[in-house]
Amino acid sequence: MTRTPENRDAFSVLDRPNSYIGKTVPRPNLDRLMQGRGQYVSDIELPRMAHVVFLRSPYAHAKITGIDAAAAKRMPGVIAVVTGQEIAPVITPWVGVLSHLKGLKSAPQSAIAVDRVCWQGEAVAAIIATSRAAAEDAAEHISVAYEELDAVTDMQTALDPTTSVIHPALGDNLAFERNHDAGTVDAAFAASDEVVEAEFIFGRHTGVTLEPRSVVADWNSAEGRLTIYQGTQAPHMVQNIAALHLGLQESQVRVVCKDVGGSFGIKVHIYADEMATYALSKLLRRPVKFVADRVESFNTDIHARDHRCKGKIGVKCDGTITAFEIDDLTGIGPYSMYPRTSAIEANQVVNLVGGPYATKNYRARARVVFQNKNVMCQYRAVGHPIACSVTEGLVDLAAMKIGMDPVEIRRRNLIADDAYPCASPSGLRFEQLSHHAALAKLIKMMDYDALRAEQTTLRARNIHRGIGIASFIEVTNPSAAFYGVGGAKISSQDGVAVRLDAQGAVVCQTSITEQGQGSESLTAQIVGSVLGVSMDRVRVILGDTDNTPYGGGTWASRGAGIGGEAALQATKVLRKNILDVAAAILQSSSGELDIVNNNVVNVSDSAPRIELSELARIVYFRPDTLPPGIQAELMATRHFVPREYPFAFTNGVQASWLEVDTDTGFVKLLKHWVVEDCGTIINPQLVDEQIRGGVVQGLGAALFEKCIYDERGQLTNANLADYLVPMSGEMPDIDVGHVVSPTLESELGAKGAGEAGTAGAAAAVTNAVNDALSPFGTIITEIPLTPQIILTALGRI
Amino acid sequence: MTPVPIFLEVNGERIDTHVLPRLNLADFLREHLKLTGTHVGCEHGVCGACTVRLNGEIVRSCLILAVQAHEGSVETIEGLSDSGEIADLQAAFRDRNALQCGFCTPAMLMAAQDLLKQNPEPDREEIREHLSGNYCRCTGYQAIIDAIETTARLRAERAP
Repeated sequence: MTRTPENRDAFSVLDRPNSYIGKTVPRPNLDRLMQGRGQYVSDIELPRMAHVVFLRSPYAHAKITGIDAAAAKRMPGVIAVVTGQEIAPVITPWVGVLSHLKGLKSAPQSAIAVDRVCWQGEAVAAIIATSRAAAEDAAEHISVAYEELDAVTDMQTALDPTTSVIHPALGDNLAFERNHDAGTVDAAFAASDEVVEAEFIFGRHTGVTLEPRSVVADWNSAEGRLTIYQGTQAPHMVQNIAALHLGLQESQVRVVCKDVGGSFGIKVHIYADEMATYALSKLLRRPVKFVADRVESFNTDIHARDHRCKGKIGVKCDGTITAFEIDDLTGIGPYSMYPRTSAIEANQVVNLVGGPYATKNYRARARVVFQNKNVMCQYRAVGHPIACSVTEGLVDLAAMKIGMDPVEIRRRNLIADDAYPCASPSGLRFEQLSHHAALAKLIKMMDYDALRAEQTTLRARNIHRGIGIASFIEVTNPSAAFYGVGGAKISSQDGVAVRLDAQGAVVCQTSITEQGQGSESLTAQIVGSVLGVSMDRVRVILGDTDNTPYGGGTWASRGAGIGGEAALQATKVLRKNILDVAAAILQSSSGELDIVNNNVVNVSDSAPRIELSELARIVYFRPDTLPPGIQAELMATRHFVPREYPFAFTNGVQASWLEVDTDTGFVKLLKHWVVEDCGTIINPQLVDEQIRGGVVQGLGAALFEKCIYDERGQLTNANLADYLVPMSGEMPDIDVGHVVSPTLESELGAKGAGEAGTAGAAAAVTNAVNDALSPFGTIITEIPLTPQIILTALGRI
Repeated sequence: MTPVPIFLEVNGERIDTHVLPRLNLADFLREHLKLTGTHVGCEHGVCGACTVRLNGEIVRSCLILAVQAHEGSVETIEGLSDSGEIADLQAAFRDRNALQCGFCTPAMLMAAQDLLKQNPEPDREEIREHLSGNYCRCTGYQAIIDAIETTARLRAERAP
């Protein structure tokens, strides 16, 4: 259902002549990237810059009993070798907890390990040299004596009394537990015609940003100022944390974020090796560069989704879903990540399971345990793929049990499109969702009945194709409810400053950041539209704490909805200010004037009155000609944060059409469809490409991606040859459709779209594989769906 | 290790220098010549981000030593951009938003141009197959396939 805004006037600002809102326009920053003239952190070189390489633990858990770096220090080009104890006076340890996640505990983590290593890949020493190659040569000459300790690797036994406790001071290996009980779950199960249970297993995987994490830290001891060049999603967060742990004021730290080679949530956290790099620059009083290699990326970039979730659903013969129950277990590595914590994903799973459905009966337990593996934390669509796979897997199992079509059971249980505002059984508040409209659109786009007919025909020829459907909800536009209320200094508001320059062009500074989503473009589109200037006149500056307003950055699908609204509001003020000056110059009134296509025009007959360049010339160079008392303000700043709803939920539905080769276990993806509702669409092409990219990351999790650890906590496939990511030849074409329900919390009405694709892709694929294999009476609830998993389920191996 | 002399052409410019025998071509281009459009993603020949042309053929510059390019001709994304050889392909990528973070893009353009030279009218499956050694983590590939397909069609229409 497309909702008409109650207050139409509120949207008129987007409905102006020559508006770019809702139009596909090319992103202004593409040419430099296509010509190899971007500037990623790995490209940056500064005078006197040194390179740091980290020697990393080969053990998952061990005592460090000695480090002998004498030979390494004598190697050519080596500037210094620094251990955890030596760097400790420069940078303090941190603990990744938030107060609103009650009971969450973690241990202090240091920039470089002191006395003990807790996962394979934790840094033990830093080697700083004139080149990375020289530092790597020297690293081989450092001798570290280890005493190997028991490694806690299996999350299923992490809480057993016989399992050793990783951090004895914490008492046990339980980092966090949340229990939730809503409605009358036991009575609902008792009143059900069928109750179905299953255990869902998710492979630990990671983001694989094509540009590894990189940082150049430049401490200028004369200025007393640290400049950090880093590919981060949240520059102000990095500024705050770096200052806090280096004993500096925030004003002494500048974070500059130029081009970023992929982020997906990987680059929104604070990593120990990055903290060490800041500290090394301060210690050595020179610029220090750290660029992770691919092996380091696999061993130290956050992992995600290592969950085992038991699920239970009750259903009546008429298809009514009576209750959901889950028991989720996840292993997060030895520390809760800083500062966003590693409890958020499990917390999200509890929040989101059953979210699209009307039943009010829901019980959940989630436990988060420590292990001696790489750290786990928030990656694109945090918790959503788990919650969606569990929910949608259970719904399909219920449908199968009562012999109902998977589309029909969803039609009978999805929250009605006219039921809003309402709340989920976990307490999430929904302003306006459109599950039924989205499902209806999806069914039409994919021609569901024709596919079912094709499936039946092909089955007779022993070709096994399946259809999988997955409805989902997505958390976007987070307010302070996400992190701020728990004490994290992570801004939930964003700010935009716009000014008219002396030639009538616009300079716009925004606190959101760009990692390829199109932040720069959408900001320019909004500013151009609201002001009435062409986009080529709008230059957007982002990613620099010295030169942008204070704000959160780009994560959790918040850039367009929050940063976009700040741009809209700032530009409205600038527009009013320009019209006030124009009225004075033209001896008119601002109400009789408008700005269209770079000119101030009459509202009445659209006749051009004065070009913005001429207005700017007068304001900046001949203010003496303005009437007395007129002081022009051709710059305006506004901030925005959602206040009414903690999150702007979006919704959507995905479908997968695939073929399973029952002899080889290979899955061939034939087609994928998505219908989603992100409210106002600023640039249709950018939204669709966010969806497609997100889907493919979800497809990677569904079919290929898994960090494979052995029982000693060794990551056995930490390279791109053995860790599989989706390649062009394996991916299907993806059709994307939209339903538009703007949020009324902002004038812009935009919600986020960056994570919707990832949220539901794996669930759709798993359901499709089970649908394809239904003649074999086998159900698979584990991803990635490798040939081994499929052939095992079929009893072929 | 002693540096050894090499001379080669890079983007039509003669380079006469000394390099360590172990230096790979990607690091040579990036660190010695400051041609940072060639990206390093995995350093073991899988991701394709370091793809350049050596003597007319596309290669993984992380798997080639700089000394192997001795007396050869190297072309990078900067050269292909400045010569205008792939201007239409770049325009198609821009119109289709066939890049997000852009880190894979210079190499993706290299691989695409290589395909179109070998096979001026590839179908979608052939495009997907040819790009299977170039990882993109952002786009999901479809926009890239579309942009290359469009470029092939426009070139065919322009051909005499």
